[in-house]
Amino acid sequence: MATRKWHTQAENRRARLLRAAEVCEGKIVPCERMTALIEKVLEPGDRVCLEGNNQKQADFLARCLAQVDPQRVYDLHMVQSVIALPSHIELFERGIANKVDFSYSGPMGTRMAQLVADDKIKIGAIHTYLELFGRYFIDLPPKVSLIVAHSADSQGNLYTGPNTEDTPTIVEATAFKSGIVIAQVNQIVEDLPRVDIPADWVDFVTEAPTPHLLEPLFTRDPAQISEIQILMAMMVIKGIYAEYDVNRLNHGVGFNTAAIELLLPTYADSLGLKGKICRNWMLNPHPTLIPAIEAGFVESVYSPGSELGMEDYVRARPDVFFNGSDGSQRTNRAFSHAAGHYACDLFIGSSLQMDLQGNSSTVTLDRITGFGGAPNLGADARGRRHASPAWLKAGREAQSGLTTTPRGRKLVVQIMETYREHMQPAFVERLDAWEMMEKTGMELPPIMVYGDDISHVVTEEGIANLLLCRTDEERNEAIRGVAGYTPLGLGRSHSVVENLRDRGIIRRPEDLGVDRRMATRDLLAARSVKELVHWSGGLYQPPKRFRNW
Amino acid sequence: MEHLEFEFKGSGNRQVDRQATLVGVVSSGNLEVMLENVDLHGLCRINVSTSAQGFTEIWQAVLNDFAARYDLADLQISINDGGATPAVVCLRLDQAMEEYLEALT
Repeated sequence: MATRKWHTQAENRRARLLRAAEVCEGKIVPCERMTALIEKVLEPGDRVCLEGNNQKQADFLARCLAQVDPQRVYDLHMVQSVIALPSHIELFERGIANKVDFSYSGPMGTRMAQLVADDKIKIGAIHTYLELFGRYFIDLPPKVSLIVAHSADSQGNLYTGPNTEDTPTIVEATAFKSGIVIAQVNQIVEDLPRVDIPADWVDFVTEAPTPHLLEPLFTRDPAQISEIQILMAMMVIKGIYAEYDVNRLNHGVGFNTAAIELLLPTYADSLGLKGKICRNWMLNPHPTLIPAIEAGFVESVYSPGSELGMEDYVRARPDVFFNGSDGSQRTNRAFSHAAGHYACDLFIGSSLQMDLQGNSSTVTLDRITGFGGAPNLGADARGRRHASPAWLKAGREAQSGLTTTPRGRKLVVQIMETYREHMQPAFVERLDAWEMMEKTGMELPPIMVYGDDISHVVTEEGIANLLLCRTDEERNEAIRGVAGYTPLGLGRSHSVVENLRDRGIIRRPEDLGVDRRMATRDLLAARSVKELVHWSGGLYQPPKRFRNW
Repeated sequence: MEHLEFEFKGSGNRQVDRQATLVGVVSSGNLEVMLENVDLHGLCRINVSTSAQGFTEIWQAVLNDFAARYDLADLQISINDGGATPAVVCLRLDQAMEEYLEALT
């Protein structure tokens, strides 16, 4: 029997490092040599992770990778959270890479669809963040990871600052599987404020010619919040948060949920709910949460990433946020999404389309956008075993009248106006996701949140509590009953809807004691970005594009 | 612009004050509503000027529900719509009606 070799991966790593030594000495590499270095360490067909999420991006390393010689480096298999930059697309256009496993491609959704049509990209699968991170440790460990940090010291220790995000996960999966980790930083310094990634997990560091990109993705200008959104936010606070004692929660990004955040110090306070709801959050530091924090609603916030402009505010509120010994925030997307899935009682978010079964999707026909984190946050955690009042109450409602083993339920709420801009109905007979599946040969329609995970649907018409529905027909009618004047809503039977209303499955604003007349912008704790700055005592420094005063 | 006209017959139970003339929600973003007392032989007439073409059926459904909610007679309602969603239309109409009914008492 031939003796099996057990160290081929480590030997391969050594060979790569030897080739790297032909173009650079030591760990710190001048940025002009980076393309040459990447060419040396890569081999055709490698799995490569190019760090970037919807916030920070290893943009310099992405440009370097896009410049390698496709005769030498080709058929790469990219395994990365997002496809967000033009240089990501170039990799496929130039034949450097031909396959991708990813989570989200919002900004490049249209070009992704084009690459698929041109047969220049093979999509392995579209994942949630946690799923893709999971696969980094099972069947998709990266051979080479190109990552991004704020600064490094001469040893190669890295400081990520508030936007740690995906970095620890990517480095862990690469460095401990004989891969190679290359980091771009904004600056190399004598002493780091703190160490987020230890030097012996990092092979090469370069000081990028420009600071890395950082998107203020979670900033919503209160000036754009509508009265309909305020009305829906009032219903959520009174009809869901108060009734279920929701204290541990996650909000999606959007104006609907920003409205809820801005009604906590006003409307929720007037209902005597301070200290009773919304205490522990999994959330990026949304600027619109500042008034609720200052008003004493919020005890803690753990974040997947930070938010541009919020750094000093977060630093000044260490009792609320998770901050390092240097005082600045530490974030971690993997831990946050685990927390959102298992430790939160409620997720609320918006969607572009919902069908009669309650399935929802953000797919439109010409864009491949992906999932991000919402499916993990907006799903009942079947593995959850600890109880809380909200989880138990939702479970009781879902099971009342049934003979079954008692268990809890997560509250998963979809909030949307029945028509979007330009009179696009949010409730549809058939999701565009089906046509996307047929066009691209996916095995399943890309559904963001499945109907059977949804507990409540909130529109301007009221709240449909799907937990209380006992048959598919009843669920369909409950959804029709809040679908307004969309074709699905117009197809309702008034007597059936009134019956559901009597049973509390559908509740109108008047059933909830929500006064429509109060739904004005005067109810918002802040009506502009400037007022958010004021609430923060000047600590919040909004990016230029949000400064309109 | 598309111009639509709808008429509804009230039950005649709701008293209207002939002195009240003009109330409404104006300059409120993408929708303006004006209410006037006019002798329409017991009818409520709603005129809609809208920048969004082809939504007559949705207007009909929204205004059917509105008319049923308030049971109106001898009232002329003018709506100037800049592409508001049905949710906004309903909210503005309710706000205008509240103002109108308050002016009556």
